[in-house]
Amino acid sequence: METTEAGLIARILAGEKELFHELIRPYERMVYLTLFSIIKNETDAEDGAQEAVINAYRHLASFRGEAKFSTWLTTIAINEGRKRLRKSKGTAEQSIEEQEESHEGDFTPAPLTDWREIPLEALERKELREALRVAVAELPDIYRQVFTLRDLEELNIEETAQALGINPGAVKVRLHRARMMLQKRLVPFLKTTAPARKGFFGRAL
Amino acid sequence: MKLDCKHVWEHISEYIDKTVDAKLREEIELHLEHCEICSAILDSTRNILVLTADDRTFELPVGYSERLHKRLAKELASSEKDSEEE
Repeated sequence: METTEAGLIARILAGEKELFHELIRPYERMVYLTLFSIIKNETDAEDGAQEAVINAYRHLASFRGEAKFSTWLTTIAINEGRKRLRKSKGTAEQSIEEQEESHEGDFTPAPLTDWREIPLEALERKELREALRVAVAELPDIYRQVFTLRDLEELNIEETAQALGINPGAVKVRLHRARMMLQKRLVPFLKTTAPARKGFFGRAL
Repeated sequence: MKLDCKHVWEHISEYIDKTVDAKLREEIELHLEHCEICSAILDSTRNILVLTADDRTFELPVGYSERLHKRLAKELASSEKDSEEE
């Protein structure tokens, strides 16, 4: 029995439709997060994710195996997200595809003073995760999408570029800026995880 | 050539992704050895990426998978019917 991804796809196309459940399972999370990075609303993202998966099923025969299945599926998810975004924003044609990187803005990291490597346990704190979620949600769209595909879904630069329809250079620039904006936003949370150093009379420095 | 901090910051992301060329990489590493500020920026950025990749940070809605497969099962069933009718 063929159980590789390509094998699964061939079997589904040959009529073993039920196997589509199995094919999609490893990518469910990715599809949802992609939609969420575009529409930022849980319910709509879930509806969109379902629609994207159904679309992938209906169009499976057009998957030629030139791209990876994950990239192909991500492209479908992105298209679904953009479609929904356009609908919710009315007919305003300023689509997200047209957004360019702004040359304004500060993309330098926040320098930290009195830093020591934060212990791994500190990364376990819930507040830190919550702060990261908020900071990612507040990134400008073009940065959030690249960051999501690259650092959350772990697509490589080429795959990210392909899925978003931009060039690899733009992926690198946007990713760098996204990471620096997040670093700046999260530094206060990261810093407080280090124990305060005591100065004279027990005051924290 | 000695790198200044700002130059290192510009390449931090690529340094993390290991896409800087060997020469620049060496220069950055040299700089990091004696610059606490840049080392701290690098560490903190890396920590953010570790946290991002942690499945618990970005969670799926409860019941998402079940609902997805239920919807999919419906779709598969209806496409089954369609192909029988053809």
